[in-house]
Amino acid sequence: MSSTTNTPTHHTSTIGSIGAPSRRNTELALLIFAVAIPVFAYANVGLALNDQVPAGLLGYGLGLGLLAGVAHLAVRKFAPYADPLLLPLATLLNGLGLVAIWRLDQSKRLQAMHAAGDKATNQLIYTALGIALFVVVLIFLKDHRTLQRYTYISMVVALFLLLLPLVPGLGADVYGAKIWIQIGSFTIQPGEFAKIVLAVFFAGYLMVKRDALALASRRFMGLYLPRGRDLGPILVVWFISILILVFETDLGTSLLFFGMFVIMLYVATERTSWIVFGLLMSAAGAVGVASFEPHVQTRVQAWLDPMGEFKASRSGIQDGIIHSEQAMQALWAFGSGGTLGTGWGQGHSELIGFAANSDFILATYGEELGLAGIMAILLIYGLVAERGVRTALAARDPFGKLLAIGLSGAFALQVFVVAGGVMGLIPLTGMTMPFLAYGGSSVIANWALIGILIRISDTARRPAPTPAANPDAEMTQIVRPGTTGPDPQ
Amino acid sequence: MSELTLTVMRLGFLAVLWLFVIVAVQVIRSDLFGTRVTQRGARREAQRPQAAARQQSAPPQQRGQRGQRAQQSGGGRQRRNAPSKLVVTEGTLAGTTVALQGQTITLGRAHDSTIVLDDDYASSRHARIYPDRDGQWIVEDLGSTNGTYLDRSRLTTPTPVPLGGAIRIGKTVIELRK
Repeated sequence: MSSTTNTPTHHTSTIGSIGAPSRRNTELALLIFAVAIPVFAYANVGLALNDQVPAGLLGYGLGLGLLAGVAHLAVRKFAPYADPLLLPLATLLNGLGLVAIWRLDQSKRLQAMHAAGDKATNQLIYTALGIALFVVVLIFLKDHRTLQRYTYISMVVALFLLLLPLVPGLGADVYGAKIWIQIGSFTIQPGEFAKIVLAVFFAGYLMVKRDALALASRRFMGLYLPRGRDLGPILVVWFISILILVFETDLGTSLLFFGMFVIMLYVATERTSWIVFGLLMSAAGAVGVASFEPHVQTRVQAWLDPMGEFKASRSGIQDGIIHSEQAMQALWAFGSGGTLGTGWGQGHSELIGFAANSDFILATYGEELGLAGIMAILLIYGLVAERGVRTALAARDPFGKLLAIGLSGAFALQVFVVAGGVMGLIPLTGMTMPFLAYGGSSVIANWALIGILIRISDTARRPAPTPAANPDAEMTQIVRPGTTGPDPQ
Repeated sequence: MSELTLTVMRLGFLAVLWLFVIVAVQVIRSDLFGTRVTQRGARREAQRPQAAARQQSAPPQQRGQRGQRAQQSGGGRQRRNAPSKLVVTEGTLAGTTVALQGQTITLGRAHDSTIVLDDDYASSRHARIYPDRDGQWIVEDLGSTNGTYLDRSRLTTPTPVPLGGAIRIGKTVIELRK
């Protein structure tokens, strides 16, 4: 309602709908901008490291431009009313990720550790696969509401994907966290895909159950307490996320799934009490598990005392605990970056060692682009989440609303968990920064996520068809031609 | 590469990155569509001096055009006083107007109503307002629980609505205006 409600007789406001423009040309312009920025950065890295424009500049720029162009044409053809910002924002993040990975590839130190070298080429291939999946989503998912049919199948698939790393012989234990599976020489992180499938399940489930969850409650100390039996689902999801934490020792995945469920529960029921419950339960769960799980303990220890861990690691104390020096190194990287950064290619974030181009890639940006660059990147992530929430607001069906809020909430939560971990706000977790970090599963899954968001936003922003003529009015004219007024029945 | 070039590139990159963010936010600003709220009071005041100036500069032409327009929209003497819009004057929706273009307006709590009433005393399909053959607007109660009132009297049959007559549904009051 407008602000004119208090004096309605003198100030009346008219609310009329404006048709949504398609905005595809805006998207194209932003997309060209979004490809130009990483190309600039790529040239900058080459000039700083080798005093020359890198030889691969043309191929790299054309590759990224081509992929962005294909994605744009697919949106133009299959989702003409979609949000104009999602694709350029994702392209920019992906492009910046490629630059930083290529920049770390140039490091002799990382090459010697076999942690870098040809990762940028791999990442470009993963990006191509991701864009391909994005286009496939746009072509075959004509209406996001078809996903609603697969609510319970999604649940089974998500649980299957989550439990896959625990299968003996298939799961790979990489530096303490068991969230990968190994097929031949490929490692896949099924949790990244489970994120999307689980959002589908939660959206479908909560759409049906939200009235029972929202209305059947008692009020106690300003909070709505849900009935015991309605607590069931949140307890089950909490229990599963605790199981993930215990058996896969991955704090990030478990936090992401539980957080996504609480966000969607809150949006579906409008009850603040769920957030309070969620925070209490996740805190209790995390503290409980940290009390006996050594891998989690190491992470918490590195969070509370990064300098102590760094010293312990350097002095080579053999007490059976892996001491992590990365948390401190990441903080040093941010510190040496300062406000404006050292400039592309002039930092020393390769000193972080392994995972410099995956979990810790944010430290590279922090050092080479400084606070100003990190803020811009976090704002771009924020804009992606904002467009997702905006899509949820505009969506007309409750399933689409919940799915959009779940996907963008998961995206934002993942950024928070990774960035918070690298910056020392929360204990470090084994998750990847969406689009920026090296990793096939992450890039491919996040492109699919953006594809679904674009599909929902296309449906939400599509202008409503003109309403059909009122059959009542026509019928009265035909049935009673003699009367002066329409039939009151 | 000289230090100066690299510094310029470093700051230039940050500037370009922030420019992208700003452009993106501008796109969001221009993307706020969906409903347009026009303040009638403000618009009238803004237009008044303009209209006065126009009348001074070319009075005869202007008056001629205005007469034509009135005839076009009114369609004759009989509909000179026909209401052109429906205004909600009291209740949670106060301030909302709906243009009357010959279509039936349904009122109620049902989501497919033309005016969805958020009013505890309204039925889901409470009343409708429609024009008869002559363009006279009629209000009809659709068997609501708490009734529809025109001024003070509860409606039992479809009743013509006079210009400015108050239709009361629960806490909501609706008027037809020119």
